[in-house]
Order: sequence, then structure tokens, then C-alpha cells
Amino acid sequence: MAEPTVATGIATTGPGRHAPAGPGPRPRWRLGPYREGPSRPGRTRLGQAVRRNLTAYGFMCGALFCFTLFAWYPMVREFVLAFQSTNLIDPPEWVGLENFRTVIRDPAFGQAWWNTIAFTLLALLCGYAVPFAVALLLNELRHARAYLRFVVYLPVMLPPIVSVLLFRWLLDPGPGLFNQILAFLHLPPLAWLDSSDTALISLVLVSTWMNMGTATLIYLAALQNIPSELYEAAELDGAGVLAKIRHVTIPQTRLILLLMLMLQIVATMQVFIEPYMLTGGGPENATVTVAYLMYQYAFVYGGNYGAGGALGMMLMIVLLVFAAVQLRLTRDNTR
Amino acid sequence: MSTAGCGGGDPAETAGSGQVHITVACQPAKTAPENRKAWDDDVAEFQKANPGVIVRSTDQQPCFDPKTFGPKLAGGQMETVFMVPVTNYDEVIGKRQALDITPYLDEIKNWKDLREDVKELVTRDGRVYGVPNVHYSVGLVYNRRLFTQAGLDPDAPPKTWAEVREAAKRIAALGPDHVGFGEYSGGNTGGWHFTMHVYARGGEMVTPDGKKAAFNSPIGKEVLQYLHDMRWVDDSMGAKLYNGWESLMMAMGGGKVGMMLGAPDVITDVVQKFDGDYADYGITGIPEAKAALSGGEAYFINPKATPEQARAGMKWIDFQFNTVGKGRFDFARGKAIGNPVGIPDNDVYGDSPTGKAIQQARRENAVLPVENYRPYVEASASIPPKMEPPKAQELYAVLDVAMSAVLSRRDADIDRLLADAEAKANTILASNG
Repeated sequence: MAEPTVATGIATTGPGRHAPAGPGPRPRWRLGPYREGPSRPGRTRLGQAVRRNLTAYGFMCGALFCFTLFAWYPMVREFVLAFQSTNLIDPPEWVGLENFRTVIRDPAFGQAWWNTIAFTLLALLCGYAVPFAVALLLNELRHARAYLRFVVYLPVMLPPIVSVLLFRWLLDPGPGLFNQILAFLHLPPLAWLDSSDTALISLVLVSTWMNMGTATLIYLAALQNIPSELYEAAELDGAGVLAKIRHVTIPQTRLILLLMLMLQIVATMQVFIEPYMLTGGGPENATVTVAYLMYQYAFVYGGNYGAGGALGMMLMIVLLVFAAVQLRLTRDNTR
Repeated sequence: MSTAGCGGGDPAETAGSGQVHITVACQPAKTAPENRKAWDDDVAEFQKANPGVIVRSTDQQPCFDPKTFGPKLAGGQMETVFMVPVTNYDEVIGKRQALDITPYLDEIKNWKDLREDVKELVTRDGRVYGVPNVHYSVGLVYNRRLFTQAGLDPDAPPKTWAEVREAAKRIAALGPDHVGFGEYSGGNTGGWHFTMHVYARGGEMVTPDGKKAAFNSPIGKEVLQYLHDMRWVDDSMGAKLYNGWESLMMAMGGGKVGMMLGAPDVITDVVQKFDGDYADYGITGIPEAKAALSGGEAYFINPKATPEQARAGMKWIDFQFNTVGKGRFDFARGKAIGNPVGIPDNDVYGDSPTGKAIQQARRENAVLPVENYRPYVEASASIPPKMEPPKAQELYAVLDVAMSAVLSRRDADIDRLLADAEAKANTILASNG
């Protein structure tokens, strides 16, 4: 393999003038290949480090550019917008906290938060437990494993609009498949998306189906990393299936379980596609979520982008708390 | 590539060498190939008649989308000539998102023949901002075939709300999946139809000064109670909620819905987009009507257009949407390519010479039973049209909640629903002037 052309003299950062002789621990921040050599006078440590890592920075630029343009800039813009009133033609006007007052006074505000929390809890209940159970099952299978993994992952590959259209048919209160199954079981039909009692739960069903594949694969990867000796040892100690799950599987996958919990909370609290495409927030505001209310302010109530921005900021602050917990967990568990 | 691709989206672009580039909205979709070809032929003919004008069409459907309108305009992506439905005139003109076209009105040759009340809608303080092209009032659209099957006389459609209720029951009794009376509940269409009901019964949506909601009234309650009873007492509205324009239209095209409130363009859309058979549909005046909500559309010019582009855009509007025998009013071609010519879906010119010429051309080329629409035409003459309330889309979104509640909940609390909607509507009406 060819040697990288950047960075040759690196003694200032490696074991050099101020370091004891011999190869010391590799500095944590260094990305480039570590080599020892004589120091070059006249070069700063920073300059050296930058030169050595030019290629890495080059690669990073693309990602940084995209993040800045498509993630960070809109975030900053939304923050500013939350305190402005604009028609997108005239210069925006600063309105202080008026946008926040507008959304808080909205009768749907409380319901949107309640719906979002209820959706998140229900989605966790289904979206957390079901994929883990499926992953456990897939991990135990001896035959048709690849095929079943593909089947489980398939819904993720469908564009959301296809899944949603599919569920519109399945959940149709008339001839829909779900009600046909209920009829077959001599149970009364449900209105599914068309009743304020069942609409939110129906959305959770759709969401779980659409997103289960990714979570299952991640759990499966974690399960396959567990050394088989641990199970063998447990078996020798007379552990049954449940005991093995409790004493080996769960402790061994603890980190990934915690991470997935946080990631799912952050993802499901932003639920938008399902209410947007299936219920339009109805019936009777039963499926209005914070993200959907945000959309309504920006695009349905005559382009009140400021109020939408205010709602978005509130949601972001709540999600930041979970993101901070996730970061903390990752750090504690990888040390 | 460079002319169409790079500069095409920017209406402020005027190419050198005396050429004027304009973009125009509302080209029919590729899924309607005959209509699309007719449009493209029109563009070619227009360019030939106006050397130096280069027209590029966009086929966004629906061609006015309130969700993308503001961002498109702010981003310089709005067409030079764009369509706005009557619901949004106030917003677009109020936010200065349309050009003052008063200096260019001479390009619209039939301007003087347009109905005064329709012209009034696009005029603010004596300045004109749009060219109205479509105008109609709502009625009761019904399926004649289902009427016959249910033992009802399709030539004697309901004249009272009690008769509507009775007919709906008979149609729903035809079997499962049959809906006697279809009604909306989401996507702003629920509130839109609530407004139709309230107007028809002589009610108001807002106070005369437009500052407060006025629908929390005995008439508002009567409307919700009537729909609630049809849904839960008669069971004649089906179990499915129609969460937007498309869902009820699809059901109507499927031939299992007996009646719905709607303008004659419902029939055009049901036939063209949802596979309905136009022989099945008829329309009559709205029952016991004290007023009928009117609708329509106008074409506007991008406020960023140059004077040359504005003039070229007005020429296009005149050619495509305001000339008898051309574009929209080329009924002979419409007949040839299978459009349902004969539906009385436009009365923008009234009884003026242009209006009479349009009516005659439409009659001569009618391909469907015009007698099916006679009850509507006769009723329209005596029912006063009534404009949409201020901040119409916002009010409609608010009232979706009440409509979906009575159609999805047997124990819906109508008083509370109206009170909640009133509170939210008052906040909206009070905001931004």
C-alpha cells in the first residue's frame, strides 16, 4: 500500500521533545497514520496536524457543506422565524413572543401535545417490543433466515406513500381487510381511522409496520455480536430460554436497547407523515400532532410561518433533552 | 436547455433580441393526453400570433396549491401567469403577491362584458389585480341512476332538506357501500361545505364587519344537527369519513353516492378524473336556498414580471381563457376530444354578448344531456350568489373539526363544538388585520 503523502515529521506531537522516550499512547485527536520521526523546527503543532489530516478534512467538507445547507441553516432560520411575522415578499417584522402566544392560545395546542405523547408511548410499546421479539426469533431460526430478514425489512424499502395507500385499503371501515378479519371472527367492525377513539392507535399500527424493519435489523446485529460461549455457559448452569434472555441477551444488548429507546423517542415525537396522509389531523383533532399543527400553521392557516416556527422550536427543545440523554448514555457506555 | 432550464423559473427574465419569455401555469397533466395536446397546440398558435413571445407551461396539479404558493413566489419560482381560486383572492391581493394589471386591461378584449360583480372580486380601491375566468354557484349534485334504482324520480330532484333526507335513506337502503348523502370532514373541505349549508339556510359565517365569527348560531346548530341525524339516526351517510376533496369525488365517481353539495364542475371532475359516466349525473339548485356559495377562479400576473412580460401574460390570458372559440371556450374541440361539453359550469360573462355567444357555442357542441342540468340553471336564476367569508381557508380548517365530530361521533356535543370553533375563528379573524 502506498504511503500517504502528507505528514512526515511529526515528532512534536508524538513522543518527542517533551515526551519520554519510546512509543507513548497515540494522541486521541489524531486521524492520520501515526509515525515517528525527527521533529521539524519552525512548524507549530496545529499546522502539522492540519497538514497531516488534509485528506480527511477534504472528505469532511462535503458532509459539512450538506449539513450546513440542509440541516443547520434551516434550523437557525426557523429559530429566527419564530420571532418574526412574514409574508415572504416584504421584509419580515419582529414580533417578539407573539407567535408563541398565538400557538399556546390555540385550543388544539394542548391536544396536539397530548396526541404526540400518546403516539410516542404507543409507538414505543409496539415499535420497541415487537422488533426486539422479531429479532430474537430471527436469531434463533436455522432455516430461511435470509429470506425472513428480507421480508421483515421489505416495508422499509417501500416509499411511505405506498404503505399509506396500502393501509387506506386495509383500514377502510367498509370492505377493508381488517374489518373482514373482525367479521370472520364474529367481532363488530371498527371505524379505524374514521373514529376519534381508534384513529391514533391505527396510526401507530401503520407507523410500526413501516419502521419495524430497521429496528429489527439493528437488534439482530446486536444479538449476533453476543459470544456464543455465554449462552453455552448459561446452558451448562441449567438456564432455560427465558433465563438466557434475562441474564445473557438483555445485559449484552443493554447499550443498543437504550440507544434505540432514545432514538425512537426522538423520531416518533416528530410524527407527521401518518397524520398528514391518512387522517388530516382528524377526526375531531384526534390525530393532530405537534409537527402536524406546525404544518397547519405554515401552510393551511394562510402561511403563518412564524407560529409554525414557534411550535417547531418548542418541539426541538423537548427533543434536545432526549438527545442529551442519548449522548450521555453513549458516552457512559463506551468509556 | 440553458434557456428553459436555468432561467425558465424566473419570470423576471427577459431575453435579449426582443424576445419575451413567460411561464404559464395550469397545463393539463400527462395523464390527460388529449387535453394536454390541445393546450400545447394553443401555445404554438399563440406564439405564432405573437412573434417574440416564448411561452413555457408548468403542469403542477392542482395548478394552485396554497401550500407551495408563498414559498414558490418568495423563491422566484412562481409562473408569470398563475391561477388563483376565489377563496384566495383576498390573501394574494392583500399580501401584494399579484401585480396591479390595471394598465394592461386593454389586452382583455371582452373585459367590458365580464359580470360587474365578478370583476369587483378582483378589484381593490379601483385597481384591478386579476382576470376572472370561471364563476359559478353551488347546487345539489345527484346520481340519476341511483335515484331510479331507489324508486325516486330523477327528473324531480329534492326541493327541501326533508326530501334530501328521505331520498338519502332510500338510496342508502339499496345495499351496503351505498351512501345516500356524501359529506366532507377534513382537508378544509368540511368547513367549506359547512359554509355552503349555512349560507343555503340563510346564515352567516362572520359578522358584517368581518371581525367576528357568526356561525355559532341557531342555523349553525341546525346544520350540524341535520348531518348528525342523517349519519346516526338514518344511517344514510355511510361509515367512512371523506377527508378531502379527492376522497368524496372518488366515491362519487364510483357510482355509490346518491347526492352531494357541489358546483357543476363536480360533474366535470367526476367524469374526467374519476371515471364516472356523465349520463348518470344531474344537478339541481340547493334546496330551500336563501343563498348559494359561489366559487370561481381568476388569472393573476406575477408581481415580479417586467412590463413586457405582464403584457405578454395578459395576451395569453385573453387568448386562452377569454376568447369565444379559443382555448377554454373552444367547445368544438372539447367535444372532439371527449370532454363533457354542456355542463353549465361557467357564468362569468352573464347575459352580455360574449356570454350569449359562449352559451350558444356550448349548446351547439353539447355531448351530454343538457336537460339533466336544467333544474340547476332554473334555480340559479333566483338564488342569490354569496361570496366566501374572509380568511376562508382558515375558517374551513377550523370547522373541519366540528364536521368530522358529528360524522364520527354519535354523542357529539354540537354546542361545545361550535363554541370551540368560534373561539379559534375569532382569534384568526382578529389576527393580521
